[in-house]
Amino acid sequence: MKFFPLIWTSLFRRKVRTLFTILSIVVAFVLFNYLSAVRVAFSMGVDVAGSDRLTLIHKVSFIQLLPASYKERILAVEGVDAVTHATWFGGVYQDPRNFFPQFAVDPEGYLDLYPEFLLSSEAKDRWLGNRTGAVVGRSLADRFGWEVGDRIPLQGTIWRTRSGDTWEFTIDGIYEGAEQGTDTTQFLFHNAYLDEANALGRGMVGWYLIRVSHPDQAVAISTAIDERFANSPFETKTSTEQAFVQAFASQIGDIGAMMTAILTAVLFTILLVSANTMGQSVRERTSELAVLKTLGFTNPRVLSLVLVESLLVAVVGGGIGLGLSWLLISQGDPTGGLLPAFFVPPRDLVIAVGLIFFLGIASGILPGIQAVRLQIVDALRRS
Amino acid sequence: MTENGAALVQVRNLHKVFKRGAERIDVLQGVDLDLQSGEFLSLMGPSGSGKTTLLNLLGGLDTPSDGTVTVGGDRIDKLSAARLSRWRARHIGFVFQLYNLLPVLTAERNVELPLLLTPLSRSQRKKHVATALAMVGLSGRSKHYPRQLSGGQEQRVGIARAIVTDPTLLLCDEPTGDLDRKSGDEILDLLQALNAEHGKTIIMVTHDARAAARSTRTLHLDKGTLATEGHDR
Ligand SMILES: Nc1ncnc2c1ncn2[C@@H]1O[C@H](COP(=O)(O)OP(=O)(O)OP(=O)(O)O)[C@@H](O)[C@H]1O
Ligand SMILES: [Mg+2]
Repeated sequence: MKFFPLIWTSLFRRKVRTLFTILSIVVAFVLFNYLSAVRVAFSMGVDVAGSDRLTLIHKVSFIQLLPASYKERILAVEGVDAVTHATWFGGVYQDPRNFFPQFAVDPEGYLDLYPEFLLSSEAKDRWLGNRTGAVVGRSLADRFGWEVGDRIPLQGTIWRTRSGDTWEFTIDGIYEGAEQGTDTTQFLFHNAYLDEANALGRGMVGWYLIRVSHPDQAVAISTAIDERFANSPFETKTSTEQAFVQAFASQIGDIGAMMTAILTAVLFTILLVSANTMGQSVRERTSELAVLKTLGFTNPRVLSLVLVESLLVAVVGGGIGLGLSWLLISQGDPTGGLLPAFFVPPRDLVIAVGLIFFLGIASGILPGIQAVRLQIVDALRRS
Repeated sequence: MTENGAALVQVRNLHKVFKRGAERIDVLQGVDLDLQSGEFLSLMGPSGSGKTTLLNLLGGLDTPSDGTVTVGGDRIDKLSAARLSRWRARHIGFVFQLYNLLPVLTAERNVELPLLLTPLSRSQRKKHVATALAMVGLSGRSKHYPRQLSGGQEQRVGIARAIVTDPTLLLCDEPTGDLDRKSGDEILDLLQALNAEHGKTIIMVTHDARAAARSTRTLHLDKGTLATEGHDR
């Protein structure tokens, strides 16, 4: 600590240069965190998807319907603990750009399978007693300023009522997410309402959600279920929710890989910038370092002086960067609620901190070795 | 300091050869020297004769090609770089021709530098720094930066930095070489006082016979060896 003034003042020798180096590190880490948040939003659900949940869809495609009667037959499979279903509604609220997912569900079964959707018991009771009631996630409600009791009309695009294409819903409750990554953009309503009022037909659902007693048997159970429906008019494909969400996410393109590539390039550039700054700073101080060595500063000490200096630049820049990005990200997602989640996962924060330290050491190591190699006698002669 | 009357500094058959490619420069070719504690020695000699080279060897900044250097009973010619560093911190104070202060540090911070390597507490360091600055007559300038000081004052800070650890030996390479006559004289007064009143052992390289006259002994370096004192005194 007593060496600190020595390091500190070295940083301020070239104020502008130090400032620009720190600024570029700030920008790099703001970018790092922001892109992390975006990546999470796109791969949303993959990390938080329940490992004990399976998704069963029509073998041909996710949009083909399945008979509602499958429920009992799935329940009969060994190892299946609970079954519920959901159907994609795909309605439009006011404007097609106001997209959000709407599912027709069996309320009790659905809430049972998604314990991470937190709904008060009054709201739940209200919903169960109201055939045209709906429950929406917190971020969806905030996005449109909805409150309990509001009447929400949705234009059916796939499903029409016998009298027209406008479906009326009443909001009975707003659910919160148990975790930061929980999807709170869903709009859930009674499948019974859809089933009775639609003009297409009855007794069909979109897909099944299955809870297994032992997650480690998920694969075996999936196979058992699919075998049961093999060679029927409605063949099925069952997979873990994680695999399902993953497959869905990768349809958007491998956003994660793209972001990683961008971030690697950015961080590599920053490494060069700060290594260059440190290199210059050490070269300018050749005779001063020689004097310190003359006074008895040993090589390890000189090396650590240089390393601490470069660490300081990285930590100040990176720290400001993380702070700033936290501010930015806590302002909410840039699409105003379209993304199901927008936050930096703790794992990425840990990586960011690790990168800051790596940057500090890596940019200081070569100049540090240069300072160690410095021969006192030669350096003093040159000065 | 020295046991049973042995000299503080003993140099025997000291050789230093520099090789630059195929070229070989025999700078020191068998230097012998005995220096008693409390002496103030001037080293003179033509430019390029090896005065700085000799001083560097005495101060453990460089290692000899051959021969031995003993300072205060320690054989320093065979020490490793790391041991030499620690040995220098304890035993040697250097004063440079161009002062070599750190421009970003105040006078007191510059003087404090060698103390950072000691286990002294912050307040003890402060006290030592104040004493050293008072000895060189710069108590009022402790917060000044080198660029705010005159050359003579900078050199005093340099001397304060050299004596703050109370070293065994003070090595000065042309300490007045870059100063005008008046400032140079003041520096010489100071060195003389440090020698006479505080018993510091000093070796000073100089080109100036007037400066050398302030010392208690003068040696001439020429053609790689030290000639005994006094042929021009
Ligand atoms: N590191 C080195 N590599 C090669 N040659 C060197 C080196 N150091 C010194 N020399 C050579 O050794 C000789 C003596 O140099 P030194 O600096 O000791 O002389 P000096 O007596 O101090 O001269 P001056 O009075 O000009 O300071 C010179 O010829 C110099 O070129
Ligand atoms: Mg010289």
